[in-house]
Amino acid sequence: MNRHLISAGDLSKDDALLILDTAEELARVSERSIKKLPTLRGRTVVNLFFEDSTRTRISFEAAAKRLSADVINFSAKGSSVSKGESLKDTALTLEAMGADAVVIRHGSSGAPHRLANWVHGSVVNAGDGTHEHPTQALLDAFSMRRRLGALDGRKVTIVGDVLHSRVARSNVLLLHTLGAEVTLVAPPTLLPVSVHTWPCEVSYDLDTVLAKSDVVMMLRVQKERMNAAYFPSEREYSRRYGLDRARFAKMPDDAIVMHPGPMNRGMEIAAEVADSSRSTIVEQVANGVTIRMAVLYLLLGGETA
Amino acid sequence: MIIRNVRILGGEPADIRIQDGLIAEIGPALQGDGDVVDGGGVIALPGLVDLHTHLREPGREDAETVRTGTQSAARGGYTAVHAMANTSPVADTAGVVEQVWRLGREFAHCDVQPVGAVTVGLDGRQLAELGAMADSAAGVRVFSDDGKCVSDAVLMRRALEYVKAFDGVIAQHAQEPRLTEGAQMNEGVISGRLGLTGWPAVAEEAIIARDCLLAAHVGSRLHVCHVSTAGSVEILRWAKSHGWNITAEVTPHHLLLTDDLVEESPAGAYNPIYKVNPPLRTRADVAALRAALADGTIDVVATDHAPHPVEDKETEWSAAAMGMIGLETALSVVQEAMVDTGLLDWAAVADRMSAAPARIGRLSGHGRPLEAGAPANLTLYDPAPRTEVDPSAFASKSRNTPYAGMTLPGRVVATFLRGKPTVLEGKLV
Repeated sequence: MNRHLISAGDLSKDDALLILDTAEELARVSERSIKKLPTLRGRTVVNLFFEDSTRTRISFEAAAKRLSADVINFSAKGSSVSKGESLKDTALTLEAMGADAVVIRHGSSGAPHRLANWVHGSVVNAGDGTHEHPTQALLDAFSMRRRLGALDGRKVTIVGDVLHSRVARSNVLLLHTLGAEVTLVAPPTLLPVSVHTWPCEVSYDLDTVLAKSDVVMMLRVQKERMNAAYFPSEREYSRRYGLDRARFAKMPDDAIVMHPGPMNRGMEIAAEVADSSRSTIVEQVANGVTIRMAVLYLLLGGETA
Repeated sequence: MIIRNVRILGGEPADIRIQDGLIAEIGPALQGDGDVVDGGGVIALPGLVDLHTHLREPGREDAETVRTGTQSAARGGYTAVHAMANTSPVADTAGVVEQVWRLGREFAHCDVQPVGAVTVGLDGRQLAELGAMADSAAGVRVFSDDGKCVSDAVLMRRALEYVKAFDGVIAQHAQEPRLTEGAQMNEGVISGRLGLTGWPAVAEEAIIARDCLLAAHVGSRLHVCHVSTAGSVEILRWAKSHGWNITAEVTPHHLLLTDDLVEESPAGAYNPIYKVNPPLRTRADVAALRAALADGTIDVVATDHAPHPVEDKETEWSAAAMGMIGLETALSVVQEAMVDTGLLDWAAVADRMSAAPARIGRLSGHGRPLEAGAPANLTLYDPAPRTEVDPSAFASKSRNTPYAGMTLPGRVVATFLRGKPTVLEGKLV
């Protein structure tokens, strides 16, 4: 494996399977009453969050703590960053503190690549702009595998704002590596113009794709997209691309529903669908901690400080 | 002074005798007194003229000054540069353009011809006093809101019409603003993968098409800055086929570099050294631009030399400034992209980098053929050596070159401004 985890595209099939298999073992630990492992004792993991994301930050924090790492949370608000400190100076500060891994969430696509030039520790991308969110894709693949078994040949449909979605980019790359067949469904305005070069199928019509899907993953639609004329209204989006009960009924009986959260209930997904037994939405959160443990373990565990 | 053994436009070896700032005589084995410069068989070109330089003074003297910018120009073989108007304060009054013009005269590394802003404060709302700038000591003929597009169609029409009174030209930065809100790089395969907001080719092409039609309608002169797409080339070819008075420029970087450098380069992914406006495009665009420069659809090479301090580039991509420096590498890049590929000979290089830009900018003392009686503005260029680009050797105050570490051909040996050397042996005089 690489020293960093910045793009899901950097993972070979063997790398990805190693992470998923490691997570499987670590999941057994999570079922014990004492959840902590001593693996990363004495190692320092910095959570560097330039965007608010309580969900992702606490997931990484829990993962690092269960491996006995020291965790430093560095959020942009109220820190020197909000006083105009550059990403480079922040990186040099973390470097001076001896961070073994930096988990970075940043609003600018490519910020983790830049950070990796300036620190010696491992860089883990926890979401950069509209680029990627590789640990989300890993936890999604992990959740799918737990429900459906091996992903080879499985049909995964990803629905929503692909253009601005780092979750979609990472999922397309990782699922392709793992042998799944991905179909993206969105209004044409919310797909990149170059989407035909991606390793996946594309459709504008959700209804024709549903019956052939093993997994339907709904993406969050930001309400501000409506004002930028990506679609006429919330209701129209919901009618054409929302997963309501009628559409849910068209899915095969064993197909599952996923959502990376946070959800807009009633917009891209109906409440009854989100809460159904075939929804993995809550599992995804739990699996997030497990997969992030596996990533930190594999990036940091092999060497001593 | 006599310059011995140079090949004018790459032709047969000859000597050039210079007297009183003019070329006095050209021929074999000339006699005369004064200094002798041994050309050693290198190429002699008319002094280069840049239609598009950001000297940053006044306002951003941390990035470049008139002194360092013109030193950089001289080292690149230039004897005149057009200083863009997007300074602080903006060059939208006779006072500011005269200040820049005077600074150029004072340092005398090369002539500085200020460009005037089209609109007050580059705001796109009200015409600046174009006539006052034209009548000033600076004698402005080129007007541009470069960095911003004159996107309002009525204002663009009026500007094109108004400058006819004093033979001016509007140099348009063609960028439809609504189509490029938040744009970070060329919209295409790479932007889609990298999750960077796209700058679509159509945003340039739509403005060029509109402006060509406007220029034809009012019978005025239009110059299109930094053309970057194959589609723009097609529109220009069509417009020129009607005989309309339209000229266009291409930058060296758009002749050589492509947008995949943003994803993969020795400088790492997302390195803002490649962030520039208009953005680097695709291989197909580069091929179309080269062909257009070769067949004259694009008239000139202009550097769009855009200095930025280190801290404005050593950031995450979206926070970084747009632009790259280019004066000291322009001729080498043109050799690499156009001459060594067989698309242009040295006579055509002299046209695209000296005669044509001087004609568009109405600089009577520059861009003249190398013959007796012409001002002795000369560039001696050795196309033979291939060397690694070393930014630390630049005269420019800034280091934001995309060519650092690349091996490029050629070297400017000497530059003469009205008979006085500004560069000798590759070093500033």
